[in-house]
Formats: sequence, structure tokens, C-alpha cells
Amino acid sequence: MMRKLKDDVLLCLIYLAAFGAEFLLLGILVYVFVKGFPYVDLQFLTTVTSVLQGTVGIAGNMVNTIYIVVLTLVIAVPIGIGSAIYLNEYARPGKMVRLITFTTQTLAGIPSILFGLFGMMFFGITLGLGYSILTGALTLSLMVLPLITRNTQEALLAVPESYKSGALSMGAGKWYMIRTILLPSAMPGIVTGVLLAVGRIMGESAALLFTAGSGYLLPKSAGGWFHKVAESGGTLTIQLYLSMSKAQYDVGFGIAVVLLCILFCMNLIMKFFAKYTTESQR
Amino acid sequence: MRQIDSILYRSSQVSCAQAIEKAAEMIFSLCAFTAVGAVFSITLYMIANGVPAVFQAGVKEILFTTVWQPTATEPSFGILYVILTSIIGTFLAVLLGVPVGILAAVFLAEVAPRRLAAVVRPAVELLAGIPSVIYGVLGMMILNPLMYRLEQRIFADSQTHQFTGGANLLSAVFVLALMILPTVINISEAALLAVPPELKASSLALGASPVQTIFQVTIPAARSGILAAVVLGVGRAVGEAMAISLVSGNSVNLPLPFHSVRFLTTAIVSEMGYAGGLHRQVLFTIGLVLFVFIMIINGILSSILKGEKRG
Repeated sequence: MMRKLKDDVLLCLIYLAAFGAEFLLLGILVYVFVKGFPYVDLQFLTTVTSVLQGTVGIAGNMVNTIYIVVLTLVIAVPIGIGSAIYLNEYARPGKMVRLITFTTQTLAGIPSILFGLFGMMFFGITLGLGYSILTGALTLSLMVLPLITRNTQEALLAVPESYKSGALSMGAGKWYMIRTILLPSAMPGIVTGVLLAVGRIMGESAALLFTAGSGYLLPKSAGGWFHKVAESGGTLTIQLYLSMSKAQYDVGFGIAVVLLCILFCMNLIMKFFAKYTTESQR
Repeated sequence: MRQIDSILYRSSQVSCAQAIEKAAEMIFSLCAFTAVGAVFSITLYMIANGVPAVFQAGVKEILFTTVWQPTATEPSFGILYVILTSIIGTFLAVLLGVPVGILAAVFLAEVAPRRLAAVVRPAVELLAGIPSVIYGVLGMMILNPLMYRLEQRIFADSQTHQFTGGANLLSAVFVLALMILPTVINISEAALLAVPPELKASSLALGASPVQTIFQVTIPAARSGILAAVVLGVGRAVGEAMAISLVSGNSVNLPLPFHSVRFLTTAIVSEMGYAGGLHRQVLFTIGLVLFVFIMIINGILSSILKGEKRG
């Protein structure tokens, strides 16, 4: 009898926790959409906030976000994939591998605010890049590097050993084998890692506040699009934070809706790739 | 003659291919050492920028006093309350978020019907990727007004209480607890699902009820994975800056539930923009303290993961 009662109580707790947690978390999504959806329209997406023209918009921040995402990936993806290839294919187990694995793990655990401090001091001041999109992108590439390395490593591990030994036994060099057999087979897994990194970059704020700054204007001339890399530019998430701390709640919720929509789409793409991987392995 | 030519040609081709192979290996090893270089230079920069202020203002004055007046004519840089806030805030958030997270993971992995779990799981995964600022925004819009009402009720007769408008330690704790939930749920669920089904089956066959099996067999068997989830949650909570800077009120106070407080992270966020001189250096010292905390947490995590591999 006692046992039955205890079981029921514990089961009740499980249901309570599960529904409580999931209800709260789903409630967040609904709340943001209800609050923010009315503010998202064409003008909001295509103009820049300007007191003179009386417009409120986030086009500049969207452009900044794209710049930062692309630049960060251009820097971090080759390095991340390269280091995964080294760890999985070239390195012999030993002190060096342990050191690299340990530091990659450590890098993954460092909070973004500390990346922000380091980026500001090293890229911003020591290298003299100041508050710029480039500083932000360099800082973020350090931040997402472990994410890309680890996902690539797992994708490489999933490639059947027979593919590799087959290619090598036919006389292919190691690099040739990696280029033509290993990387193409591991591609879906690598793409998943890259998409995870994009999500992390889009949602980042603490690491960018003191590195990329908070500019929100669109470039005025054709040359400005090149110059932009060296100028300050805030991403959507930075603008969201700034709007909220300045009590411009409408803009904030509008940005939140846009961000969630983008992240949701990326999740769908990622699901698609994951499915593709499991199917191609069958 | 022709033979010699072709041998020469072939050997030059071979050495060219060898050179490419060598170069590829070199480049990949350089890539791999980027992480090492990054961690070393971050450590170096944190120490180089954080330590001088300690000598200038004194270890005791910074770490063990409580008055934070960096811009006064006679500035004082005590960060004891800030450190305490981070420790207590994180502890409370974990105390609140982890049990709920583990139970929710048990629900998803063991109790829920498959179809329901298949719907809820992707939603939780999506939530793990939501920018933390959004959690902060919600805390600010929903939690803070509620807290303010509660505060007015509790301190209606108090003469000494400073009203915070709801931006207090409790709000920050709730936001942090909610924010670490998806991480804890995802990782604990993976750990629970990895428990071999034979263990559960033999427990059930011996006459244990399903609930007893969950709490006495499955959870203990998954404990190192769950522990890793907890430690990751702690790391996320300690390092979170933007979300709680919106809800915690941001003045340096003793961390009591209804006080407006400042965390290690929010101290950096709120003052780095304008700080100069010694004040700025002390902010780096705060960063160094945070860095030390994170390193300790990382050490614990990697020893758990190592134990898991061995076991």
C-alpha cells in the first residue's frame, strides 16, 4: 500500500515537472509571437530607424547580422574542419591530442562575456581593429570553433572505415582520399555543425557588445559595403538588447519574432540534413 | 634514354604529390593548434589585465570588502557582494532548474507516450537555441511586474526596504533556472536513453514497479550523464550576462531575494562601456574571477566525462 502511494506521488511529480517545464517553455514562444507579430511589416524589415523620416526598421541590423555570420564562418569553418581532420586522421594519440582536445573543450565552456573582453583587448586594442564587424567576427570565430570541430569530428567518425581503406589501397594519397572520399561523405554532418554555429552567432550578444559595437545604419555608397567590415555594426540580437534596455518594447518584440522565425527555419533545415544523413547511411 | 626520362618524370610527380601531402598535414595541424593558442592567449590576457588592479588596490580591498564606488573621489572597489551574488544566484537557479529538468527528461525518456515525446522533444531542442536575451526580455516583461506586486505586499509596512520595481535576485534566479532547463533536459534525456534496456527489464522482472525502476535503476545508471548536464547548466548560469542584466536591477547589494543585485557578468556589461583607469582594470579582475570559476567548473566536467569513458 505504502509502495503504491509512493509510486503515485513520484509519478505525479514527474508529470508536474514535465508539464510545468514544457508549458513554460512553449508559453515563451507563444508570448513572443503574440506580442511581436503586429510590429513586423515590410517597412520594419526594409528601413533603418530614423527620426527625420519617422521610420522604425531593422534593415541595417539584418545586414550587419549577415556580415558577421558570413565573416565568422569564413574564418571559423576552414579552421574547425581542418582541426577535426588533423585530430581524426593525422594525429597519433598522445600528449598533443590530449592537449588539443582539452583546450577545445575548455574553449567551449568559456562564457561569451569573457570572449567579448578578450576580443576587445586583443583584436580591438592590440591589433588595432577597434569596434568593428571584423573584430566581432574574429571574436565569434573563436567562440564557435569548438562547435564546428566537434561536429565535424563526429561526422568523420561516422564515415565507414571501408571507404577510407578502399581509397587508400587503390593508391590514393591521404589528402586525396580526404578530399574526394571523406569530406563528401561527411558533408551532411559538417553542415549540421555549421548551422548550429550560425544559430549561436545569431543569438550572441555579450561577446559582440564590446567588439562589434552597435551601429545600425546601412552603407550609403557602393564603397561603403566594403568599408562596412571595418565599421561598428550591431546584430539583431544586440539591437534587441539595446531596444529593451531603452524601453522600446515594440521594436524589441518585433526583432524577437524575426529572430525566432530565422532560428526555426534553420532548425527545419538541420532536421532535413539529419534525416538525409541517416537515410544515406542505410 | 626515353626510359630515364619517364623515370625522372614519374619521380618528380611523386615528390610533388608528397609535397602536397606534407603541406596538407602541416596546414591541418596548424588548424588544430588554433584552439590551443586561443585558450593560452585568453588565459594570458585575463591574467595580464586582471592581476595589476589586485596589486594596485590590494587583494583584501577588492575581494573581501563590500563597498563598490568606482567613480567616487575616493574610489572603493569591493566586489565581495558581486561574487556572492553570482554564487548564490547560480546555486539557487540550479537548485530550482535541475530537479525540474531531470524529472522532465525522465518524462520524455521513460513515461511519455512515444507520439507526445516526438512532438515535445524538437520543441525543447529549439528552445535550447533561443538567444538568452529573449529569456531576459520575457523576465523583464512578465516576471518583474509580478515581483513588484509581491514586493509591495511583503514590504508594505517596512520602513527600510528599498523598492526595486521587481528587478531583484529572485527574478534573475527564475530567468536563469528557465534558461538552463532545455540544456538540462536534452542532455539528461540522452543519458537516460543510453541506459541498456536489460537493466530496466531485469529490475521489472524482479518485481519492482516502473516508478521504482526509474528512480532506483535508470537514474543511478545514467548518473554521470546527468551530472554532466548539471555541470553544463551551472556553467551556463554562471556565465550568462545579458539575460540577467535586464532583470536583476543592477545595483551592488547583499544578495537577498528582494534586493536589486549585480552579478560578476552584469558588472562587466554595465560598466565596461565607460570605465577607465583603475576602474576598468578592476572590471578585468572581475572577469578573471569569473574565468577562475569557469575553469573550476570545466575541470569538474572533464573529470566526469573521463570517468564516464572509463566506466
